[in-house]
Amino acid sequence: MNVTIVDYQSGNISSVINSFTEVAKGKVNLEVTSDINKIRSSDKIVLPGQGSFKSCVDSLNSINGLVDTLKEFAITNKKPLLGICVGLQMFADIGYEEVETKGLGWMSGKVSKIDNQKGKFKLPHIGWNEIEIQKESRIFKNIKNKSHMYFVHSYEFIPEDKSVISSTTDYASKIVCSVEKDNLFGTQFHPEKSDKTGLKIIDNFIKL
Amino acid sequence: MLKNRIIPCLDVKNGRVVKGINFVELKDAGDPVEQAKIYSDGGADEICFLDITASNENRETIIDIVRKTAKECFVPLTVGGGVRTIQNITDLLLAGADKVSINTAAVKNVDLVKEASKKFGSQCIVVAIDAKKVSDNKWEVFTHGGRNKTGIDAVDFAKKVEENGAGEILLTSMDKDGTKSGYDVDLLKTVTNNTNIPVIASGGVGTLDHLYDGIVKGGASAVLAASIFHYGEYKIKDAKEYLNSKNVSVRL
Repeated sequence: MNVTIVDYQSGNISSVINSFTEVAKGKVNLEVTSDINKIRSSDKIVLPGQGSFKSCVDSLNSINGLVDTLKEFAITNKKPLLGICVGLQMFADIGYEEVETKGLGWMSGKVSKIDNQKGKFKLPHIGWNEIEIQKESRIFKNIKNKSHMYFVHSYEFIPEDKSVISSTTDYASKIVCSVEKDNLFGTQFHPEKSDKTGLKIIDNFIKL
Repeated sequence: MLKNRIIPCLDVKNGRVVKGINFVELKDAGDPVEQAKIYSDGGADEICFLDITASNENRETIIDIVRKTAKECFVPLTVGGGVRTIQNITDLLLAGADKVSINTAAVKNVDLVKEASKKFGSQCIVVAIDAKKVSDNKWEVFTHGGRNKTGIDAVDFAKKVEENGAGEILLTSMDKDGTKSGYDVDLLKTVTNNTNIPVIASGGVGTLDHLYDGIVKGGASAVLAASIFHYGEYKIKDAKEYLNSKNVSVRL
Protein backbone atom coordinates (compact mmCIF):
# COMPACT_ATOMS: atom_id res chain seq x y z
CA MET A 1 0.00 0.00 0.00
CA ASN A 2 1.11 3.55 -0.73
CA VAL A 3 0.42 6.41 1.64
CA THR A 4 1.31 9.86 0.40
CA ILE A 5 1.91 12.95 2.49
CA VAL A 6 1.26 15.96 0.31
CA ASP A 7 4.23 18.29 0.46
CA TYR A 8 2.99 21.60 -0.89
CA GLN A 9 5.40 23.85 1.02
CA SER A 10 2.82 24.55 3.71
CA GLY A 11 5.35 25.09 6.42
CA ASN A 12 6.68 22.59 8.87
CA ILE A 13 5.67 19.02 8.04
CA SER A 14 8.70 17.28 9.57
CA SER A 15 6.71 15.99 12.54
CA VAL A 16 4.02 14.57 10.27
CA ILE A 17 6.69 12.79 8.25
CA ASN A 18 8.44 11.47 11.39
CA SER A 19 5.34 10.05 13.03
CA PHE A 20 3.97 8.50 9.85
CA THR A 21 7.39 7.01 9.17
CA GLU A 22 7.39 5.50 12.65
CA VAL A 23 3.92 3.97 12.24
CA ALA A 24 4.38 2.92 8.62
CA LYS A 25 7.67 1.13 9.33
CA GLY A 26 7.58 -2.24 7.59
CA LYS A 27 3.86 -1.96 6.86
CA VAL A 28 3.28 0.50 4.07
CA ASN A 29 5.23 2.52 1.59
CA LEU A 30 5.34 6.19 2.51
CA GLU A 31 5.85 8.99 -0.01
CA VAL A 32 6.28 12.69 0.62
CA THR A 33 5.61 14.56 -2.58
CA SER A 34 3.64 17.11 -4.55
CA ASP A 35 3.87 15.06 -7.74
CA ILE A 36 0.27 14.74 -8.92
CA ASN A 37 0.88 11.44 -10.72
CA LYS A 38 2.18 9.85 -7.54
CA ILE A 39 -0.72 11.33 -5.59
CA ARG A 40 -3.22 9.98 -8.11
CA SER A 41 -1.85 6.44 -7.89
CA SER A 42 -1.63 6.49 -4.09
CA ASP A 43 -3.99 4.53 -1.82
CA LYS A 44 -4.25 7.09 0.94
CA ILE A 45 -3.42 10.73 1.26
CA VAL A 46 -2.40 12.89 4.19
CA LEU A 47 -2.94 16.62 3.79
CA PRO A 48 -1.05 18.52 6.50
CA GLY A 49 -1.28 22.26 6.96
CA GLN A 50 0.46 24.83 9.09
CA GLY A 51 0.44 28.58 9.07
CA SER A 52 -2.58 30.56 7.96
CA PHE A 53 -5.61 29.34 6.01
CA LYS A 54 -4.77 31.75 3.23
CA SER A 55 -1.12 30.76 2.95
CA CYS A 56 -2.04 27.06 2.80
CA VAL A 57 -4.75 27.57 0.15
CA ASP A 58 -2.38 29.76 -1.87
CA SER A 59 0.36 27.10 -1.69
CA LEU A 60 -2.02 24.35 -2.80
CA ASN A 61 -3.23 26.46 -5.71
CA SER A 62 0.29 27.32 -6.77
CA ILE A 63 0.97 23.71 -7.77
CA ASN A 64 -0.57 23.09 -11.14
CA GLY A 65 -3.35 20.48 -11.08
CA LEU A 66 -2.93 19.62 -7.40
CA VAL A 67 -6.33 20.78 -6.14
CA ASP A 68 -8.16 18.96 -8.97
CA THR A 69 -6.16 15.81 -8.33
CA LEU A 70 -6.95 15.87 -4.62
CA LYS A 71 -10.61 16.49 -5.31
CA GLU A 72 -10.78 13.63 -7.77
CA PHE A 73 -9.03 11.38 -5.23
CA ALA A 74 -11.11 12.23 -2.18
CA ILE A 75 -14.48 13.38 -3.51
CA THR A 76 -15.00 11.68 -6.86
CA ASN A 77 -13.20 8.40 -6.12
CA LYS A 78 -13.87 8.57 -2.38
CA LYS A 79 -10.45 7.28 -1.44
CA PRO A 80 -9.19 7.90 2.13
CA LEU A 81 -7.79 11.34 2.82
CA LEU A 82 -6.78 12.74 6.21
CA GLY A 83 -6.47 16.48 6.68
CA ILE A 84 -4.54 17.69 9.71
CA CYS A 85 -5.02 21.12 11.32
CA VAL A 86 -5.22 23.66 8.46
CA GLY A 87 -5.35 20.58 6.20
CA LEU A 88 -8.77 19.90 7.74
CA GLN A 89 -9.81 23.56 7.80
CA MET A 90 -9.29 23.82 4.05
CA PHE A 91 -12.17 21.33 3.51
CA ALA A 92 -14.46 24.32 4.23
CA ASP A 93 -16.05 26.65 1.68
CA ILE A 94 -14.49 29.70 3.17
CA GLY A 95 -11.94 30.85 5.74
CA TYR A 96 -11.62 34.18 7.53
CA GLU A 97 -7.96 34.18 8.64
CA GLU A 98 -6.10 37.32 7.42
CA VAL A 99 -8.63 37.89 4.62
CA GLU A 100 -11.70 36.08 3.39
CA THR A 101 -10.35 33.13 1.38
CA LYS A 102 -12.10 30.46 -0.61
CA GLY A 103 -11.44 26.92 0.66
CA LEU A 104 -11.70 23.59 -1.15
CA GLY A 105 -15.45 23.36 -0.56
CA TRP A 106 -15.41 19.64 0.24
CA MET A 107 -17.46 20.08 3.42
CA SER A 108 -19.89 23.00 3.63
CA GLY A 109 -18.93 25.38 6.35
CA LYS A 110 -16.60 28.11 7.39
CA VAL A 111 -13.40 28.62 9.35
CA SER A 112 -13.59 31.45 11.90
CA LYS A 113 -11.56 32.71 14.80
CA ILE A 114 -12.33 30.98 18.09
CA ASP A 115 -14.56 33.25 20.17
CA ASN A 116 -12.34 33.63 23.22
CA GLN A 117 -14.99 35.51 25.18
CA LYS A 118 -13.24 38.87 25.14
CA GLY A 119 -9.85 37.56 26.19
CA LYS A 120 -11.09 35.17 28.86
CA PHE A 121 -9.43 32.35 26.96
CA LYS A 122 -5.92 32.73 25.59
CA LEU A 123 -5.30 32.28 21.89
CA PRO A 124 -3.78 30.30 20.27
CA HIS A 125 -5.43 27.31 21.91
CA ILE A 126 -2.12 25.57 22.64
CA GLY A 127 -1.65 22.34 24.51
CA TRP A 128 -3.33 19.12 25.50
CA ASN A 129 -7.08 18.94 25.59
CA GLU A 130 -9.59 16.13 25.91
CA ILE A 131 -11.65 15.04 22.95
CA GLU A 132 -15.29 14.16 23.34
CA ILE A 133 -16.23 11.57 20.80
CA GLN A 134 -19.52 12.48 19.10
CA LYS A 135 -19.87 9.58 16.74
CA GLU A 136 -18.05 6.44 15.89
CA SER A 137 -15.13 7.16 13.62
CA ARG A 138 -12.92 4.56 12.01
CA ILE A 139 -9.80 6.49 12.92
CA PHE A 140 -10.83 6.39 16.61
CA LYS A 141 -10.74 2.61 16.84
CA ASN A 142 -9.41 1.73 20.33
CA ILE A 143 -9.22 5.40 21.24
CA LYS A 144 -10.92 6.11 24.54
CA ASN A 145 -13.35 8.95 24.94
CA LYS A 146 -11.67 11.91 26.71
CA SER A 147 -8.25 11.01 25.37
CA HIS A 148 -5.77 13.87 25.34
CA MET A 149 -4.67 15.36 22.03
CA TYR A 150 -2.26 18.18 21.24
CA PHE A 151 -3.77 21.35 19.76
CA VAL A 152 -2.27 24.53 18.32
CA HIS A 153 -4.74 26.81 16.59
CA SER A 154 -6.72 30.04 16.81
CA TYR A 155 -9.32 29.25 14.16
CA GLU A 156 -12.03 26.59 14.13
CA PHE A 157 -13.97 24.76 11.46
CA ILE A 158 -17.74 25.19 11.74
CA PRO A 159 -19.43 22.69 9.41
CA GLU A 160 -23.00 23.25 8.26
CA ASP A 161 -23.82 19.58 8.43
CA LYS A 162 -23.25 18.66 12.07
CA SER A 163 -23.37 14.96 11.30
CA VAL A 164 -19.80 15.10 9.98
CA ILE A 165 -18.48 15.94 13.46
CA SER A 166 -16.80 12.96 15.06
CA SER A 167 -15.36 14.72 18.12
CA THR A 168 -15.31 18.08 19.87
CA THR A 169 -13.20 19.66 22.55
CA ASP A 170 -14.00 22.22 25.17
CA TYR A 171 -12.26 25.57 24.84
CA ALA A 172 -14.38 28.68 25.31
CA SER A 173 -17.08 26.65 23.56
CA LYS A 174 -17.38 23.23 21.99
CA ILE A 175 -14.83 23.24 19.20
CA VAL A 176 -15.01 20.78 16.35
CA CYS A 177 -11.84 18.77 16.55
CA SER A 178 -12.43 15.98 14.08
CA VAL A 179 -14.70 15.19 11.15
CA GLU A 180 -15.55 12.15 9.06
CA LYS A 181 -17.63 11.88 5.93
CA ASP A 182 -17.31 8.86 3.66
CA ASN A 183 -13.56 8.46 3.35
CA LEU A 184 -12.76 12.04 4.17
CA PHE A 185 -11.20 12.51 7.61
CA GLY A 186 -9.87 15.54 9.37
CA THR A 187 -8.39 16.36 12.75
CA GLN A 188 -7.95 19.83 14.17
CA PHE A 189 -5.49 18.42 16.71
CA HIS A 190 -2.10 17.05 15.76
CA PRO A 191 -2.05 13.25 15.97
CA GLU A 192 1.64 13.40 15.02
CA LYS A 193 2.38 15.27 18.25
CA SER A 194 -0.11 13.49 20.49
CA ASP A 195 2.16 10.83 21.87
CA LYS A 196 1.03 7.17 21.75
CA THR A 197 -2.66 7.99 21.34
CA GLY A 198 -1.86 10.11 18.32
CA LEU A 199 0.27 7.39 16.77
CA LYS A 200 -2.68 5.00 17.27
CA ILE A 201 -4.91 7.31 15.22
CA ILE A 202 -2.30 7.38 12.48
CA ASP A 203 -2.14 3.60 12.64
CA ASN A 204 -5.94 3.40 12.36
CA PHE A 205 -5.86 5.60 9.28
CA ILE A 206 -3.10 3.58 7.65
CA LYS A 207 -5.01 0.36 8.34
CA LEU A 208 -8.30 1.56 6.82
CA MET B 1 -10.69 21.47 29.38
CA LEU B 2 -7.23 22.60 28.33
CA LYS B 3 -4.55 21.07 30.52
CA ASN B 4 -1.64 22.89 32.11
CA ARG B 5 1.59 21.74 30.57
CA ILE B 6 4.75 20.58 32.27
CA ILE B 7 7.85 21.15 30.18
CA PRO B 8 11.25 19.80 31.15
CA CYS B 9 14.10 21.82 29.69
CA LEU B 10 17.46 20.39 28.69
CA ASP B 11 20.48 22.67 28.42
CA VAL B 12 22.72 21.51 25.62
CA LYS B 13 26.28 22.65 25.07
CA ASN B 14 28.34 21.44 22.10
CA GLY B 15 25.92 18.57 21.63
CA ARG B 16 25.98 17.36 25.23
CA VAL B 17 23.50 17.86 28.01
CA VAL B 18 25.16 19.95 30.68
CA LYS B 19 22.32 20.20 33.16
CA GLY B 20 20.68 16.87 32.73
CA ILE B 21 19.06 13.89 34.33
CA ASN B 22 21.32 12.05 36.69
CA PHE B 23 19.60 8.71 36.53
CA VAL B 24 21.53 5.52 37.01
CA GLU B 25 19.73 3.78 34.18
CA LEU B 26 21.17 6.20 31.65
CA LYS B 27 23.67 4.65 29.31
CA ASP B 28 25.10 7.99 28.39
CA ALA B 29 24.17 10.81 30.74
CA GLY B 30 25.20 13.45 28.26
CA ASP B 31 23.11 12.24 25.36
CA PRO B 32 20.27 14.71 24.75
CA VAL B 33 18.32 12.30 22.58
CA GLU B 34 18.21 9.64 25.28
CA GLN B 35 17.20 12.16 27.93
CA ALA B 36 14.45 13.63 25.78
CA LYS B 37 13.11 10.14 25.22
CA ILE B 38 13.00 9.44 28.97
CA TYR B 39 11.02 12.62 29.50
CA SER B 40 8.59 11.97 26.70
CA ASP B 41 8.02 8.38 27.86
CA GLY B 42 7.54 9.73 31.36
CA GLY B 43 4.66 11.96 30.33
CA ALA B 44 6.28 15.31 29.56
CA ASP B 45 3.82 17.49 27.68
CA GLU B 46 6.57 19.05 25.61
CA ILE B 47 10.34 18.92 25.50
CA CYS B 48 12.50 22.02 25.39
CA PHE B 49 16.12 22.16 24.27
CA LEU B 50 18.13 25.23 25.08
CA ASP B 51 21.34 25.39 23.08
CA ILE B 52 23.87 27.22 25.20
CA THR B 53 26.77 26.63 22.83
CA ALA B 54 28.65 29.87 22.79
CA SER B 55 29.94 29.79 19.25
CA ASN B 56 28.04 30.10 16.03
CA GLU B 57 29.97 27.36 14.25
CA ASN B 58 28.23 24.61 16.11
CA ARG B 59 24.70 25.19 14.83
CA GLU B 60 24.92 21.94 12.92
CA THR B 61 25.28 20.04 16.21
CA ILE B 62 21.96 21.16 17.66
CA ILE B 63 20.25 20.58 14.33
CA ASP B 64 21.51 17.01 14.33
CA ILE B 65 20.24 16.48 17.88
CA VAL B 66 16.83 17.86 16.95
CA ARG B 67 16.71 15.58 13.93
CA LYS B 68 17.45 12.48 16.01
CA THR B 69 15.13 13.45 18.86
CA ALA B 70 12.22 14.24 16.56
CA LYS B 71 12.36 10.71 15.19
CA GLU B 72 11.82 9.25 18.64
CA CYS B 73 9.71 11.76 20.56
CA PHE B 74 6.16 12.31 19.46
CA VAL B 75 5.34 15.24 21.68
CA PRO B 76 6.07 18.86 20.74
CA LEU B 77 9.69 19.87 20.69
CA THR B 78 10.78 23.47 21.29
CA VAL B 79 14.31 24.60 20.54
CA GLY B 80 15.96 27.85 21.56
CA GLY B 81 19.36 29.42 21.91
CA GLY B 82 21.25 31.41 19.32
CA VAL B 83 18.31 31.77 16.95
CA ARG B 84 19.02 34.93 14.97
CA THR B 85 17.70 34.57 11.46
CA ILE B 86 14.87 33.17 9.38
CA GLN B 87 17.38 30.65 8.07
CA ASN B 88 18.13 29.45 11.64
CA ILE B 89 14.40 28.90 12.18
CA THR B 90 13.96 27.14 8.85
CA ASP B 91 16.83 24.77 9.64
CA LEU B 92 15.43 23.86 13.06
CA LEU B 93 11.90 23.32 11.76
CA LEU B 94 13.12 21.18 8.89
CA ALA B 95 15.09 19.09 11.37
CA GLY B 96 11.86 18.40 13.26
CA ALA B 97 11.43 21.13 15.87
CA ASP B 98 7.79 22.12 16.34
CA LYS B 99 8.51 25.50 17.87
CA VAL B 100 11.50 27.77 17.89
CA SER B 101 12.21 30.19 20.67
CA ILE B 102 13.78 33.55 19.92
CA ASN B 103 15.42 35.57 22.65
CA THR B 104 18.13 38.21 22.07
CA ALA B 105 17.34 38.55 18.36
CA ALA B 106 13.72 39.45 19.17
CA VAL B 107 14.86 42.28 21.41
CA LYS B 108 17.26 43.60 18.81
CA ASN B 109 14.78 43.34 16.00
CA VAL B 110 11.13 42.64 16.66
CA ASP B 111 10.53 42.43 12.91
CA LEU B 112 12.16 38.99 13.03
CA VAL B 113 9.21 37.82 15.17
CA LYS B 114 6.78 39.37 12.73
CA GLU B 115 8.44 37.92 9.68
CA ALA B 116 8.86 34.47 11.26
CA SER B 117 5.27 34.23 12.46
CA LYS B 118 4.02 35.31 9.06
CA LYS B 119 6.20 32.78 7.30
CA PHE B 120 5.83 29.79 9.63
CA GLY B 121 2.69 30.64 11.62
CA SER B 122 2.42 32.00 15.15
CA GLN B 123 2.03 28.46 16.49
CA CYS B 124 5.74 27.79 16.14
CA ILE B 125 7.18 31.11 17.27
CA VAL B 126 7.95 31.44 20.96
CA VAL B 127 9.60 34.57 22.30
CA ALA B 128 11.81 33.99 25.33
CA ILE B 129 11.97 36.98 27.64
CA ASP B 130 14.58 37.18 30.39
CA ALA B 131 13.43 39.72 32.96
CA LYS B 132 14.99 41.21 36.06
CA LYS B 133 13.19 43.20 38.71
CA VAL B 134 14.28 46.84 38.81
CA SER B 135 11.76 48.30 41.27
CA ASP B 136 8.35 47.49 42.73
CA ASN B 137 6.26 45.92 40.01
CA LYS B 138 8.76 46.86 37.35
CA TRP B 139 10.90 44.46 35.39
CA GLU B 140 13.43 45.03 32.66
CA VAL B 141 14.40 42.83 29.71
CA PHE B 142 17.93 41.46 29.73
CA THR B 143 19.70 39.71 26.87
CA HIS B 144 22.71 37.47 26.33
CA GLY B 145 21.73 35.11 29.12
CA GLY B 146 21.02 37.91 31.55
CA ARG B 147 24.26 39.81 31.09
CA ASN B 148 23.07 42.78 29.10
CA LYS B 149 20.63 45.40 30.33
CA THR B 150 18.33 46.77 27.63
CA GLY B 151 16.29 49.44 29.38
CA ILE B 152 13.15 47.88 27.91
CA ASP B 153 10.18 47.27 30.19
CA ALA B 154 9.38 43.54 30.26
CA VAL B 155 5.60 43.96 30.25
CA ASP B 156 5.68 46.45 27.36
CA PHE B 157 7.94 44.09 25.46
CA ALA B 158 5.62 41.12 26.09
CA LYS B 159 2.74 43.13 24.61
CA LYS B 160 4.89 44.13 21.69
CA VAL B 161 5.87 40.58 20.75
CA GLU B 162 2.24 39.51 21.01
CA GLU B 163 1.28 42.28 18.57
CA ASN B 164 4.04 41.08 16.27
CA GLY B 165 2.71 37.55 16.08
CA ALA B 166 4.44 35.56 18.83
CA GLY B 167 2.40 32.47 19.67
CA GLU B 168 3.73 32.07 23.20
CA ILE B 169 5.99 33.78 25.69
CA LEU B 170 8.62 31.90 27.65
CA LEU B 171 9.16 34.13 30.65
CA THR B 172 12.25 33.64 32.78
CA SER B 173 12.96 35.58 35.94
CA MET B 174 16.70 36.25 36.05
CA ASP B 175 16.43 36.97 39.77
CA LYS B 176 14.95 33.57 40.47
CA ASP B 177 16.73 31.42 37.90
CA GLY B 178 18.90 28.83 39.64
CA THR B 179 17.76 29.80 43.16
CA LYS B 180 15.18 27.02 43.62
CA SER B 181 13.11 29.52 45.61
CA GLY B 182 10.11 29.56 43.26
CA TYR B 183 8.98 31.56 40.24
CA ASP B 184 8.66 35.34 40.39
CA VAL B 185 4.90 35.13 40.75
CA ASP B 186 4.35 38.89 40.57
CA LEU B 187 6.19 39.07 37.26
CA LEU B 188 4.15 36.18 35.91
CA LYS B 189 0.89 37.66 37.09
CA THR B 190 1.67 41.04 35.58
CA VAL B 191 2.60 39.58 32.20
CA THR B 192 -0.28 37.07 32.03
CA ASN B 193 -2.76 39.82 32.94
CA ASN B 194 -1.45 42.08 30.23
CA THR B 195 -1.25 39.62 27.33
CA ASN B 196 -3.64 37.25 25.61
CA ILE B 197 -1.21 34.57 24.48
CA PRO B 198 -0.06 31.63 26.61
CA VAL B 199 2.84 32.29 28.98
CA ILE B 200 5.32 29.59 30.02
CA ALA B 201 6.77 30.19 33.48
CA SER B 202 10.48 29.65 33.94
CA GLY B 203 13.23 30.21 36.50
CA GLY B 204 13.36 29.23 40.14
CA VAL B 205 11.52 25.96 40.57
CA GLY B 206 12.69 24.01 43.60
CA THR B 207 9.56 22.21 44.77
CA LEU B 208 6.33 20.92 43.27
CA ASP B 209 4.50 23.66 45.10
CA HIS B 210 6.35 26.18 42.96
CA LEU B 211 4.78 24.63 39.87
CA TYR B 212 1.38 25.09 41.50
CA ASP B 213 2.15 28.76 42.25
CA GLY B 214 3.24 29.40 38.66
CA ILE B 215 -0.04 28.11 37.29
CA VAL B 216 -2.56 29.11 39.94
CA LYS B 217 -1.08 32.32 41.32
CA GLY B 218 0.92 33.42 38.29
CA GLY B 219 -1.61 32.46 35.62
CA ALA B 220 0.92 30.56 33.49
CA SER B 221 -0.39 28.11 30.88
CA ALA B 222 2.69 25.94 31.19
CA VAL B 223 5.54 25.50 33.63
CA LEU B 224 9.10 24.88 32.60
CA ALA B 225 11.65 23.37 34.93
CA ALA B 226 15.10 21.92 34.67
CA SER B 227 16.91 20.86 37.80
CA ILE B 228 14.04 19.39 39.84
CA PHE B 229 13.59 16.81 37.12
CA HIS B 230 17.18 16.37 36.10
CA TYR B 231 18.55 15.30 39.42
CA GLY B 232 15.84 12.76 39.89
CA GLU B 233 14.25 14.57 42.83
CA TYR B 234 10.93 14.35 41.09
CA LYS B 235 9.64 12.60 38.03
CA ILE B 236 7.23 14.29 35.65
CA LYS B 237 4.61 11.89 36.93
CA ASP B 238 5.12 13.07 40.54
CA ALA B 239 4.61 16.65 39.44
CA LYS B 240 1.43 15.79 37.58
CA GLU B 241 -0.01 13.73 40.41
CA TYR B 242 0.77 16.48 42.87
CA LEU B 243 -0.91 19.16 40.74
CA ASN B 244 -3.87 16.91 40.10
CA SER B 245 -4.30 16.35 43.84
CA LYS B 246 -4.52 20.13 44.22
CA ASN B 247 -7.18 20.36 41.50
CA VAL B 248 -4.92 21.73 38.80
CA SER B 249 -5.85 20.01 35.56
CA VAL B 250 -3.01 18.17 33.89
CA ARG B 251 -2.71 15.39 31.33
CA LEU B 252 -2.32 12.21 33.37
